[in-house]
Amino acid sequence: MQAKALEEANRQLAICNACRYCEGFCASFQAMTRYRSFDDQSIIHMANLCHNCQACYHSCQYTCPHEFDLNIPKALADVRVESWESHVPGTVIAEKVQSNGWIIALLTVIAAILFGLIGNIPWVSDANFYSLISHNSLVAVFTPLFIGPLLVLFMGLYRYWDTVGGEWIGWNDLSVAFKAAGTMKNLDGGMGQGCNYEKSDRYSQTRKWAHHATMYGFLLCFAATSVATIMHYGFGLEAPYPFLSLPKLLGVSGGILLTLGTTKLLYLKMKSDPKLGVSDRRSGEYGFILILWLVSTSGLLLYWLGGTAAAGAMLNIHLASIAAFFVTLPYTKMAHGFFRLAALIREAQLSKA
Amino acid sequence: MPIEIPKIDPNLELIRPGEGSVIYDVIVVGGGNAALCAAIRAAESGAKVLLLERARRSYRGGNSRHTRNFRCMHQVPKGVLTNAYLEDEFFEDLLKVTKGNTDESLARLAIRSSEECYDWMLSQGVYFQESLSGTLSLSRTNAFFLGGGKALVNAYYNRLDDLGVDVRYLATVLDVVVQDRVFDGVLVDIKGEQSYIRAHAVVLASGGFESDKEWLTRAWGDAAKNFLIRGTPYNTGEVLKNLLDKGADQVGDPTQCHAVAIDGRAPEYDGGIVTRVDCVPFSVVLNKNGERFYDEGEDVWPKRYAIWGRLVASQPDQVGYAIIDQKSHSLFMPTVFTATKADSIAELAEQLGLPVKAVEKTIWEFNAACQEGAFHPTELDGLSTKELEPAKTNWARPIDTAPFYGYELRPGVTFTYLGFKVDGDARVSFSNERATNVWAAGEIMAGSILGEGYLAGFGMTIGTVFGRIAGKEAADYASQSA
Repeated sequence: MQAKALEEANRQLAICNACRYCEGFCASFQAMTRYRSFDDQSIIHMANLCHNCQACYHSCQYTCPHEFDLNIPKALADVRVESWESHVPGTVIAEKVQSNGWIIALLTVIAAILFGLIGNIPWVSDANFYSLISHNSLVAVFTPLFIGPLLVLFMGLYRYWDTVGGEWIGWNDLSVAFKAAGTMKNLDGGMGQGCNYEKSDRYSQTRKWAHHATMYGFLLCFAATSVATIMHYGFGLEAPYPFLSLPKLLGVSGGILLTLGTTKLLYLKMKSDPKLGVSDRRSGEYGFILILWLVSTSGLLLYWLGGTAAAGAMLNIHLASIAAFFVTLPYTKMAHGFFRLAALIREAQLSKA
Repeated sequence: MPIEIPKIDPNLELIRPGEGSVIYDVIVVGGGNAALCAAIRAAESGAKVLLLERARRSYRGGNSRHTRNFRCMHQVPKGVLTNAYLEDEFFEDLLKVTKGNTDESLARLAIRSSEECYDWMLSQGVYFQESLSGTLSLSRTNAFFLGGGKALVNAYYNRLDDLGVDVRYLATVLDVVVQDRVFDGVLVDIKGEQSYIRAHAVVLASGGFESDKEWLTRAWGDAAKNFLIRGTPYNTGEVLKNLLDKGADQVGDPTQCHAVAIDGRAPEYDGGIVTRVDCVPFSVVLNKNGERFYDEGEDVWPKRYAIWGRLVASQPDQVGYAIIDQKSHSLFMPTVFTATKADSIAELAEQLGLPVKAVEKTIWEFNAACQEGAFHPTELDGLSTKELEPAKTNWARPIDTAPFYGYELRPGVTFTYLGFKVDGDARVSFSNERATNVWAAGEIMAGSILGEGYLAGFGMTIGTVFGRIAGKEAADYASQSA
């Protein structure tokens, strides 16, 4: 990691630690009280605990124009994003993708063209997708697209775990961390009043709910795919599935949640103050929300369009967006979910003592 | 930096007192806790309210933005407050710090009303949190604001917004026009534009004068030049002075201010909480000649930090140096500026700009006077020096283990005591007769209750209680005269 973001966070945290008024807001500040001074390890840990709720900024006596010029949400965001980028193999790619959202769009277009070529898609009306692209070629394309980026991401997490001094993970650590992640505990402001993300110094629950819709929507879609895979290989039950089947029920409900959640997150991001977020990475953040939106929305449209002439084109878009999403996965804001979970697990370990 | 105070524009053609329409029911002068409570309460009573805050928006809230809790009476555990804190104990605590220099009826009014304030504050959007780390001793008596005073101030301004109160920032009141104890209007400079605004009633809640160093110099002499102001630079006391000059009754020692010892490298204004240095009980404190001057271990720090401002202020050049060694380095809250660090006393003295021989001699004599015994950092341990003048009566351990650390200490002024004399309705008086429509709340009248010393969180209690009273009374008066 480069020194600049870490040095600035260190300068600011030293001031925070002599004040501690924000202790009640979130885990980052509770972690802070364990230290008298900060090293890279502790700063990176606190940065990855931070959910960018921005409560500490709006409550701070020392924000600009005060000479202390505190902006903890930004200082930690800069360290946080740099920590993902520097820990995953392919740091240069990560920096490029995180700061240029259009790369994800470009990859989607390229993938759509490639699918068009290799799928040799006949523009026919047929509800059976495998008549459009054979199941085997889907598996052949998506297995490496899925496994490869995940491997890269987990290599990054492995290095991160070493950086933050992580220990052997126990069940209790996992249960504490998953509970915090599952409820977005650190986005509730400490007393359940919400965060300050889009309404300046007023509290709001909107971002938490939009994130819940996005996260659980994504997990439902993922579950749908997993169930379908098991049904396909385990039981020889091949798609298409009827509406009242597990893959469809999970996929449609997840898709709706994911589309609504990402739409709202996009709106909130547009209303949020860029000065309180990461420097020079807003484009990548928009790109990431949009690709998630495209994955779910094209999936839903594909379902509704099933049996019409447009289904082939929509399938192409859907598969291309999934491909772009997966191939960039370790290099987009998707990384935040994994690093955040790691930080919550580490925090569970550290706060035990 | 000290702020610039606008001058009354002599060429300005103003609507004179008594002329022109009355737009507002109540004008609130000030933008801190007391002013906000008054404005909310007045607006809730149906009054059309204008709040004039002198600071820009990001600095709004006066000294309240630096606070973190309020002291609250309660009969049973209440929200974040543990056990009980009854009226008599609260009043006893106040008597101890003020040495009896208080108005018992006003003090008991503030104490009794504090209990209902807790629920009222919750209803206005204020959140409380558990006692902060390192403040366990206050968990029974003081309710901490989640996020501190600025979060409270934000909640109140948002409430004003919801209630339709007009708020003007960068609004300096230049003259409060009162004739025969009747308020008519204020001459105010708002972002460089001066105008005269009339109202049926006024609430004065614009704080003390601690940020006017010239005023402090009148009481302290040139020493005041070396004082640091812990809070807002906007408390220069113009409104206070304006009305005292017009014969408003005053209370509190006009020369005194409350000061604590803070890090000498703190900004001249607005350093707030982080400038504290809590190492004194574990240190020896020297003046610029390298001599000790007071018992550093007289009592636990929460009970002694308030006297050290005055102690340092009376030393040459108003500066002190707290010296600790490696043994005590982690026994107190982290400091905002890192300590000066050295491997020997001589080297440390040199780095701090102190006379090396004198410092070595003082430390040597201190170390020689230290006795064997058990050291308990969190309680009075009686580990005292022997035959040393002045003695250190607790936590006296030799300063002998490198590295050594030094902190420069300066007086940090928190607030002033001079203010308006008010009655139980928060009404200001002139020559011992109640004004018709002038109320006061917060630091500008706190001298009635807090004649001396300080009780943690009590300033916010006074501001909340009397702000609410003043706002209600002013609105009721306005509704009768409208």
